[in-house]
Amino acid sequence: MIAEIALAILWLAAALAVLQLGLGSYALTTRGAEFLRAVRPIAVVQGLLVAVAFALLIVLFLRTDLSVKLVAANSHSLKPLIYKIAGAWGNHEGSMLLWVTVMGLAGGFVALLERRLNERTMVATLAGQAFVSLGFYAFMLFSSNPFERLNPAPVEGNGLNPLLQDPGLAFHPPTLYIGYVGLSIAFSFAVGALITRDVGPAFARAMRPWVMGAWIFLTLGITAGSWWAYYELGWGGWWFWDPVENASLMPWLAATALLHSVSVLATRGALKAWTVMLAVVAFSMSMVGTFLVRSGILTSVHAFAVDPERGSFILTLLAIYIGGALALFGLRASTVTEGAKFHLFSREGSLVMNNVLLVGVLGIVLMGTLYPLVTEAFGTKVSVGPPYFNPVSAIFVFPMLVIMAAGPLMRWRQDNGRKLTNLLAVPALVAAATLALVVVFGGDIGVLPLLGLVFAAGLAVASVLPLWKRNLRRTPAHIWGMVIAHLGIAVALAGMASESAFNTEKLVASEIGQSHTVGPWTIELQGVRPIAGANWTALEARLVARYGDSNVQTVLNPQARMFASPPTATSEAALLTRWNGQLYAVLGEEGDDGRWQLRLWWKPFVPLIWYGGLLVGLGGVLSLVGRTARDLRRKGEPELEPASEPAAPKPAAGGQEALA
Amino acid sequence: MKHWAIWLPLALFGLLFAVFASGLIAPGDRTIASQMIGKPLPDFDLPQAVPDRPALAKADFTGGKPKLLNVFASWCVPCIAEAPVLAELAKAGVEIDGVAIRDRTADVQQFLARNGNPYTRIGRDDVSKIQFDLGSSGVPETFVINGKGIITYQHIGEIRADQVPMILQKLKEAQ
Amino acid sequence: MIRALILFLSLTLAVPVAAQDSLPPAPYAYRQLEDPAKEKAAQDLMMTLRCLTCQSQSIADSDAPMAGDMRNQVRERIARGEDPEAIRAWLIERYGDWVSYEPRVTTMTWPLFAAPVVLLLLAAVIVRKRFTRARAQGGKG
Repeated sequence: MIAEIALAILWLAAALAVLQLGLGSYALTTRGAEFLRAVRPIAVVQGLLVAVAFALLIVLFLRTDLSVKLVAANSHSLKPLIYKIAGAWGNHEGSMLLWVTVMGLAGGFVALLERRLNERTMVATLAGQAFVSLGFYAFMLFSSNPFERLNPAPVEGNGLNPLLQDPGLAFHPPTLYIGYVGLSIAFSFAVGALITRDVGPAFARAMRPWVMGAWIFLTLGITAGSWWAYYELGWGGWWFWDPVENASLMPWLAATALLHSVSVLATRGALKAWTVMLAVVAFSMSMVGTFLVRSGILTSVHAFAVDPERGSFILTLLAIYIGGALALFGLRASTVTEGAKFHLFSREGSLVMNNVLLVGVLGIVLMGTLYPLVTEAFGTKVSVGPPYFNPVSAIFVFPMLVIMAAGPLMRWRQDNGRKLTNLLAVPALVAAATLALVVVFGGDIGVLPLLGLVFAAGLAVASVLPLWKRNLRRTPAHIWGMVIAHLGIAVALAGMASESAFNTEKLVASEIGQSHTVGPWTIELQGVRPIAGANWTALEARLVARYGDSNVQTVLNPQARMFASPPTATSEAALLTRWNGQLYAVLGEEGDDGRWQLRLWWKPFVPLIWYGGLLVGLGGVLSLVGRTARDLRRKGEPELEPASEPAAPKPAAGGQEALA
Repeated sequence: MKHWAIWLPLALFGLLFAVFASGLIAPGDRTIASQMIGKPLPDFDLPQAVPDRPALAKADFTGGKPKLLNVFASWCVPCIAEAPVLAELAKAGVEIDGVAIRDRTADVQQFLARNGNPYTRIGRDDVSKIQFDLGSSGVPETFVINGKGIITYQHIGEIRADQVPMILQKLKEAQ
Repeated sequence: MIRALILFLSLTLAVPVAAQDSLPPAPYAYRQLEDPAKEKAAQDLMMTLRCLTCQSQSIADSDAPMAGDMRNQVRERIARGEDPEAIRAWLIERYGDWVSYEPRVTTMTWPLFAAPVVLLLLAAVIVRKRFTRARAQGGKG
């Protein structure tokens, strides 16, 4: 019964989306203007209905209703509760439903909460959102129905694979989804503003919180994915430039550029073309990502439902939406050519350079990811991986880090550089000192890790400089957000560089009682014993680790696990985290001579990679909260911020302007 | 912004679309073909895999008669499907030499007892060395070697019954 | 999606126990070379060679038997004194460019190397045009 109700609600939501599109488009004409007011409520109800449908899907999974095909294929009555819920979106149909739910909810919330925007632009946005949703509704309702019944219902479900019952694996996909699909509203805003020729600060202010929210989720989702790969795959790798990983990185790059642009447009009235273009590109990259992942055209460790038919449908949607939006952009070019003027050497200028470099990285990643496909069409197979992506992206990233350091310290419109050079002397000195230290004491490390450490040090200092001479308690939250986010980038970079530079590995065939050293650690294999868990048996090693000369001993228990159904073997690494790095231990096979394979790594400062990612996300949250609170306080008309804003009762002595 | 730059993103998307469409229409195959076709067999000298068949070395292929070199293993499921087809080829007078990859003698004997033994010689390779030398990337694979020891054809995957004429043709061409 | 996800997991972190050979790994599959400099050279090379039986991994981080055999080959050859690039060339001679992640500049791959240069030039052109035009329109651009 529930499945039928849910399906009916879904159809109703789809019908409302049609109405939203039709009535919205009509309302934009002169004759239909009286219907402008009707569109918002339709969007709100549509969002509500599709959310109910998704909630009902979760209910079906919770009750393990095996008469529903999706539940029978992906769930099991013995699954722990949390994984039953996660099973709802851990499949093609469920994830498509999540896609339209996020789109519907985003549209609904925008309709409910956004009051500052010109009504026609709002309606055009909602119509755009409905237009994009409809493609995915159609995809779902006509070829991937999540509520299809199975008759007769099986006795038990299929989805008890223990490998999938991992918290990281359960929650990494929806976090990413909310990020990707949240960018759809930015896309719709851009399309709406182009249609009504209303690209200006008001539009940017409306769009900004949504972009920020989606970006935060994307940042956290990618960070979580990297962490999961690190501890689960057993070799300590955290980024492989795998096509599916790249598919999640590309929207993030575009969203980061968009984030910066939209703030400038909101407060300074500049970067109109960039903002609109990036809004279109960001969601386009989300759609491209979903195409790459579901069509099977690229070889990847992550390859999901490989189905060329689904791929063709999505490709058609891509052509309609991306092609349409870009064509609209071209046709309405005049809407985006005037804007506030500024010099290259100014904060706006540095943001333009930032955008350019981010788009550069995006271009490289896209090209590198698709290149094997192109060459295969010509008969040769090539592989593009870290040896290409690392140095080539560094070409764009290192200059961008310099801009990240200098930009927040520059004035709007035009900066004369004097104050800037004084301020930047400190980070420059720190960077030089780091260079000297690493060269002298660091040993033989590669160029890229060395540059990474140097730039990370400089950037870490530079990112807190905007707080210099400010009253810290009265500094707006969004300034703190910027500082923390940039600091997070520096921290993550330090972790990445340090891991590349100072990682030590030891592979040994160890006897029981034998000790080994890796880095500053001494590790003794005391024994290997069999052990059993809920649905697995394992061989667990007892390793006792001592750091340097210390007498403190810590026990590590890496396991080699065997699951019964289906018979699979996994390796559970044991990690020991210290302030200056992580010890990573993996138990391998027993050799014919009774010696055990052990893989040991000492990875200095590697957790910084994910702490950095979390900091970046935190910076985003602070910024979002700060701006939303500010906007709620100033409920009046949006105004352009002047070139210099009195920041606080103790204004910055050097006339630093806030990104107000 | 200059007018041409405005249309650049749309043009780039067009290119992207073409790449995607070509990927869907003509999907590439996932197999990795050997680049050693037309090149001489590398030197190798493998020990015996089972007591009742001689060991295998490069010299066995330079005698003037084209042969098949079949790379297989007892733990390889498609090899079981291939065994009757190889038997048929052997009956047709084709000389087949085999290499057992990562296999214990007992396991190979059991496999041959169960599925038949079409091989004239069988070498054992415990570290996939011959596979790397040949440019082979999995089991089963079959190579046509001409009388002078030059690799003329690589067949990836098991040989199906309907492909027997094709294999015979390749052997004839290798004369 | 779940089925393919299981496939991914079983190829990378789990090993389906059924179709698996029973021989132990090759001698140098999981054993480092004694000379640290040689081991580092081997490790650097292995990070850039692609595993033949995996979906998309280097041989340095795969548990597949064939990846182990490849590591064995690499280490043995480096121990014998072969140059890493010679080993790479030997593999490329047999499997084509696919087996190496280190891209060479060939008639097929030159766009990969031209792309960053072109992108930087394009960026410079766009930025310059925008700011020169702005300046031509008078004063504070």
